[in-house]
Amino acid sequence: MAWMIIFMIVPLLLIAVFAFTTTVPCDRDGNRLDEEEAAEIIAEEQAYWEENEIPLDERESAVVEKTIFTVQNILEVNKYMPTMLNSIWMALVATLICLLIGYPLAFMISRMHFVSQKMMLMLVMLPMWMNFLLRTYAWMTLLERNGLINRFFGLFGIGPFEMINTQGAVILGMIYNYLPYMILPLYSVMTKIDNTTIEAAQDLGAGRFNVLGRIIVPLSAPGITSGITAVFIPSVSTFIISRMLGGGTNMLIGDLIDLQFLGNAYNPNLGSAISLVLMVFILLCMSITNAFDNEDKEGGMLL
Amino acid sequence: MMKRVFALLLITLTLLVLVCPISAEDELPAYSTDYDWDRLADQNITLNVYNWGEYISVDDGEEDAFDTIAEFEALTGIKVNYTNFASNEELYAKLKNGGSSYDIIIPSEYMVARMINEGMLEMLNLENIPNIRHLDPSFVGLEHDPNNRYSVAYMWGTVGIIYNKTLVDEEDDVETWDILWNEKYANDILMFSNSRDAFGIALKKLGYSYNTTDEAELNAAAEALKEQKLLVQAYVMDEIFDKMGGGEAALAPYYAGDAITMIAENPDLAFAVPREGTNLFVDSMCIPKGAKNKEAAEIFINFMCEPKVGVYNCYYIGYSTPSATVKEYLDAEIVEDPIAYPAQEVLDKAEVYLALPEATTKLIDNLWTEVLGTAGSSPWMVPAMMLGCIGASLGINLWRARKKRRNGQ
Repeated sequence: MAWMIIFMIVPLLLIAVFAFTTTVPCDRDGNRLDEEEAAEIIAEEQAYWEENEIPLDERESAVVEKTIFTVQNILEVNKYMPTMLNSIWMALVATLICLLIGYPLAFMISRMHFVSQKMMLMLVMLPMWMNFLLRTYAWMTLLERNGLINRFFGLFGIGPFEMINTQGAVILGMIYNYLPYMILPLYSVMTKIDNTTIEAAQDLGAGRFNVLGRIIVPLSAPGITSGITAVFIPSVSTFIISRMLGGGTNMLIGDLIDLQFLGNAYNPNLGSAISLVLMVFILLCMSITNAFDNEDKEGGMLL
Repeated sequence: MMKRVFALLLITLTLLVLVCPISAEDELPAYSTDYDWDRLADQNITLNVYNWGEYISVDDGEEDAFDTIAEFEALTGIKVNYTNFASNEELYAKLKNGGSSYDIIIPSEYMVARMINEGMLEMLNLENIPNIRHLDPSFVGLEHDPNNRYSVAYMWGTVGIIYNKTLVDEEDDVETWDILWNEKYANDILMFSNSRDAFGIALKKLGYSYNTTDEAELNAAAEALKEQKLLVQAYVMDEIFDKMGGGEAALAPYYAGDAITMIAENPDLAFAVPREGTNLFVDSMCIPKGAKNKEAAEIFINFMCEPKVGVYNCYYIGYSTPSATVKEYLDAEIVEDPIAYPAQEVLDKAEVYLALPEATTKLIDNLWTEVLGTAGSSPWMVPAMMLGCIGASLGINLWRARKKRRNGQ
């Protein structure tokens, strides 16, 4: 429990504190100063110190920084809404495609012989043992204009195609990197669906689509929701993929947060505010999926 | 047990001392003899050095390799803990957050200026750094630190345009920033992904100063960058080595020292410095405030200014040296290379980045996100989306509750 508090609650609180505060210049009595006023005073002091060669530890500025409460950061996030919507949209597309690819694959794996199951799972996880950056970097060499794929097409006189530096490439990067997070929870739920359940449904006259819609999907609903969560959240906040595969022309919300911390204008307050708003959005999205989850579970029970 | 460990250590140390000086160094001057190098040897000091990646000579297994850190450790008895950073901004964020303690940092001049302004640097005791005399007078007392109270220049360079001779028309004038706006090369242009350098280029193209604080000029630069975005293939930093090396793009602005490395790998590439003037950057060694081993750090700075060390570092890094003495010992081929040591008229027109007021940095970053981000915005979007999400969530839950009740009946 103590660990939970240290590693989960404290960082969250820190982000919240940063998001709702800002530092403003004040004089020694705690009165707020204008930005320009403060800059003038500092410049004067600096000149005075330089002239009289006052050692560093004796320099005491008349301007001090004070942390105050503000909602300005949160309001400023407004400006970055289109970027955020774009990120959410791309993450949604990536999640959907992951689900479409992952669902049948997970089902197929779960119906296999025990030994082949282990083998297939291993193959799914194998790319994850490689470093994330390296995997994305590999896609760069594949998709480039003089990359492997275009050179292959070139052999037949087709192309070259513009593949890198597009939104599609970014989504591809997300899918490739996060697909295992979709397959694994789906698989673990699906192995628990007994073949006899499916056979029973078929005996009672259910067709292929009925079996899928009324047996398999409801029973695997918890896997679907946790899979969606596990893919959507990292996709929405990813920051290096768009730079490597998207050419940096389509900034995602993760890049924006990165810029607030490692950019020219070091502004952790705004960065925290953006992450906080993003967190609220994700929370709301999750509550919607959870609602479906419970619904399906109850439906499953009623059946 | 302790004895054995000590003996082992002694053997390694002796070996180090024996092995290191073997590399050919007949022409290079020895370390200064009038300097007390090992005065802190018995204090068991570990010096934390924080530098750019690939920015010091290391033993890369080639003939004549020079391991700067090992040499320093052997000479002074001070241990070095060497770590890397990727950008000035990263360094700044690390120091500002606190928590980590460094004794030596090597930021670029505008970051040095900013750190001086914010009282983040320790004043140097130049008596401990007599080797500063080797520096070329034009690199002593630079604008951002007029009396070298806080920084000693380490390497310098200029920004220019790297272009692929096979992809760029010979008739096109590459000695101007305008070529990066030439529609003929749409999708063949790479651009800096850091805001300061990107804005710098746009400002110079428009004929303004790098250090302008004028809002109208900065807005104009942002407009120019937005216009250029349609032609830009990608915004990059170090990815440029791969992309230019592999012939992925035709034109890219980058640092001269790295251009030399790229040209060595891909002879189709060439480098041009635009007439409008360019950026001159100087990376300097500083001691951050609160450094635990200030005197040891000063010994380190003095060591880095040694001509022999400077020569090896120059060969390894490929950037230009601010030291007049080092330049004398370099191969004529390098000293005469106009990429590394451009003509005086280029340098006269070059401008150094200065620390900008906070309001300006914020404005630049805002404009930069505007350039890169998705366009279009309205103030009610956040509340509307929040309401939409809450509404959807509530709706589903209510519907569920109703259905449950009905089923219960």
